[in-house]
Amino acid sequence: MDTQKDQVTIELNDTRLEARQGQMLIEVADANGVSIPRFCYHKKLSVSANCRMCLVEVENAPKMLPACATPVTDGMKAWTKSPKAIAAQKSVMEFLLINHPLDCPVCDQGGECDLQEMALGYGGDTSRYTEGKRIIKEKDYGSLVSTEMSRCIHCTRCVRFGVEIAGIPEIGGTGRGDHMQIGTYVQKALSSELSGNIIDLCPVGALLSKPFLFSARSWELKSVPGVAPHDAVGSNIQIQTRNGKVMRVIPQENEAVNEIWISDRDRFSYLALDSEDRVTQPMVRNSDGQLVETDWQSALEAAVNGMKMVASTDGGGALGALASPSSTTEEFYLLQKLMRGLGSNSVDHRLRQQDFSGQSDQIAPQLGTTLQQIEQQNAVLIVGSDIQREQPLLSHRIRKAALSGAAVSTVNPDGIEFNFPLSGEVVTDQLTPALSAIARAMVDMGMGGDLSGLSALVADANVEPAHQAVAESLIGGEKAMVLMGEIAYRDQNQAVIYALTGAIASMSGATFSVLTEGANALGGLLAGAVPHRDTADATVDSVGMDVASMVDMAPKGLLLMGIEAESDLAAGPAAADAIRKSEFVVSLSTFADSVTMGKSDVILPLAAFTESSGTFVNAEGEWQSFGGAVAPKGEARPGWKILRVMGTMANLDGFDYNSSEDVLSEVRGLCDQAETEKWSWSALSDLGDASSCTVASTPIYQVDSLVRRSEPLQQTPLAHAGQATTGGAE
Amino acid sequence: MISEAARADIDRWVEKYPEEQKQSAVMAALRIVQDENGGSITTEMMDEVAAYLDMPPINVYEVATFYSMYEHKPVGKHKLCVCTNISCMLRNSKGVVDHLQEKLDIGFGEVTEDGMFSLKEVECLGACVNAPVMQVGEHYHEQLNPEKIDRLLDELRQES
Ligand code: SF4
Ligand code: FES
Ligand code: FES
Repeated sequence: MDTQKDQVTIELNDTRLEARQGQMLIEVADANGVSIPRFCYHKKLSVSANCRMCLVEVENAPKMLPACATPVTDGMKAWTKSPKAIAAQKSVMEFLLINHPLDCPVCDQGGECDLQEMALGYGGDTSRYTEGKRIIKEKDYGSLVSTEMSRCIHCTRCVRFGVEIAGIPEIGGTGRGDHMQIGTYVQKALSSELSGNIIDLCPVGALLSKPFLFSARSWELKSVPGVAPHDAVGSNIQIQTRNGKVMRVIPQENEAVNEIWISDRDRFSYLALDSEDRVTQPMVRNSDGQLVETDWQSALEAAVNGMKMVASTDGGGALGALASPSSTTEEFYLLQKLMRGLGSNSVDHRLRQQDFSGQSDQIAPQLGTTLQQIEQQNAVLIVGSDIQREQPLLSHRIRKAALSGAAVSTVNPDGIEFNFPLSGEVVTDQLTPALSAIARAMVDMGMGGDLSGLSALVADANVEPAHQAVAESLIGGEKAMVLMGEIAYRDQNQAVIYALTGAIASMSGATFSVLTEGANALGGLLAGAVPHRDTADATVDSVGMDVASMVDMAPKGLLLMGIEAESDLAAGPAAADAIRKSEFVVSLSTFADSVTMGKSDVILPLAAFTESSGTFVNAEGEWQSFGGAVAPKGEARPGWKILRVMGTMANLDGFDYNSSEDVLSEVRGLCDQAETEKWSWSALSDLGDASSCTVASTPIYQVDSLVRRSEPLQQTPLAHAGQATTGGAE
Repeated sequence: MISEAARADIDRWVEKYPEEQKQSAVMAALRIVQDENGGSITTEMMDEVAAYLDMPPINVYEVATFYSMYEHKPVGKHKLCVCTNISCMLRNSKGVVDHLQEKLDIGFGEVTEDGMFSLKEVECLGACVNAPVMQVGEHYHEQLNPEKIDRLLDELRQES
């Protein structure tokens, strides 16, 4: 009977319930659908028990007890709605409202405010308090969060968020008694990449979205689920719209992906949607070299005819296509189908990668485990990654692991700091020798395996104590993972780094994780939008041009999808030159950048992420589909529709889809069949030049065309800090 | 800048706590820095204390604003802390306050022109038996009346 000692039975409102020993009463109530009012308690934060709103009656307790800080014990009897409990809750409510301005009609939180709701349930209809209320000057938290601190009820959720989640304590409670204020004390813009979450945490209207301020009432908004398009986490979001316009983006809870958080990038990138340089009309370059607006039919004809012309004179191999790594899987699939139909394997989306020599050994780089599993690791090695800025919410999982005792170490260039403690650090701007040394340390410890082409490199390595320590912590960790990030992935010697990192992981029995660029690089790979693989990893008869070769050789005919050459490609200006050299360029563009506008022969307005249905495959391999939240701006069309029509116009077979779901089921079907042959890693057989030249990762608010155009993001301290750390780039 | 001497003093406090709990010395550190700076601390000084004790600045601000013995504006050479809590109030602390304000021509939170005195209202000093009470530096002055106050002011003036 007492095999399950930690299981207890309690009576809540005279109903018998099972609970875990030590669980807080409020958690048990929540799990069983019993509602207890609360302000300071939050399931993702520590218990502070300072608002007293959750008072309940507990048998044999002389006073009402806060449910959020009362652990259950066997046989406990509690009542949440007894006359005593209700009286206590009412008194607390009255107390909290003493200094609250009650300005709901002019408060953005109105309609989605915990205080408003609780006041309705537990407040009186008139106030007995006639004295003056306290007024607090608003604080300046920067461009993302607006404050109205007179509304603050001192729940300290935002304070605890800074300490516990963001890892940068910036907000605190200064002064005391009725002089206490929540704030930063000195004027300071919040610097966390997750700062916007305090807007959701604040139970009142004290912290609000600054860009959204006074622009809509919450009940006017229509909410459509979506997936954030900036990193490989695939955070679930709600896109909230009014009259066909995106008004704001908020998180959608999904414990397996983003928990309840989203990064500031995910929250505020929508502000770019109405930029003046949105492309809203199809355009064709006329004989005078001028771009002129035209109708879809003529633009599509011009695009398809131009590409077919190149294919018929120079062969399909003279065509190339580059797509944003945040394109949808459907777009990737149709793009490669179109290109392969026209006779070209030159399709790529790995825009920031520079070394493709190892691509045939790198089968579907991905996380290799689930996001949730990251928290369970005992040892994590981060190789070449500013993970906190590259993948904010994945980094949050690593932080959780680190805080619960995992040994997290890094092999990184100088100057990258994280909000979690590191157990070991190898600081270097040459990743290869550092990784070789770690591998050598493992070999010396008897962990060797088949290192093939890496053998010589590893044997020559010089093991220092820092390398030894990393090797030991990985081998010692019962659950370990080795995670390769953007800095490693972009390295000019990516192939060797990839192989070494894989070798380290396999020797130590760790999970080998590779984090790629954009929101859907894995989707791109699976869909076959790469030159060396067809859909679902099928082989191709001849390997096409990768991004680097396309930049080198400037294919005669180029199809660009969602690309701003100068900022999106590792090659930057050289990529722009290649495009200018190309003879015929078709751009599916959301925004009009100068290279596209200056060169493209046909411009097809491409719908943004809120305007199109599609699917992203996140780092752990989860396929997440979403529908369009609003109609595309102007004449813009979803990418899959544009590509479908281009395929049909080019007389290619199999382009008669009715919906993006049709496209999805086709590509998904192909991938599911292939999934038996799981993704693998193999040591390089042949090793070229092993010197590496490490470049910094892309600054957090420069990763794609949306975040670059979001003014409020650009005004944050983080946007400027990012620039400072790019100093090392070529 | 925290002086060498002050640092040495702070280090003595740091030593009293476990190594990873350096920040336990924050109150002592703030007091030391405040004493050195003539009775008040600035934001820069709090930042320095934070850096020295390896803690987030906001946590230093919280401590320094919570306790009333830390001053955030310059004070006089002698800080006269008058208790106005209940016992002292019943024993005419108002008279003490009025007398001081008239004599020194300053209100609470202000400094005399010569920088000699400042006036501060404080809560119970724990010496109610001898109310009304005022604290100056490390000394309590009890059962105050106008004569006593005048004598004290003269003494303090002479001292400097
Ligand atoms: S600002 Fe909001 S979250 Fe922060 S303490 Fe006040 S009420 Fe709580
Ligand atoms: S919710 Fe329990 S005290 Fe605030
Ligand atoms: S009330 Fe003044 S000393 Fe106690």
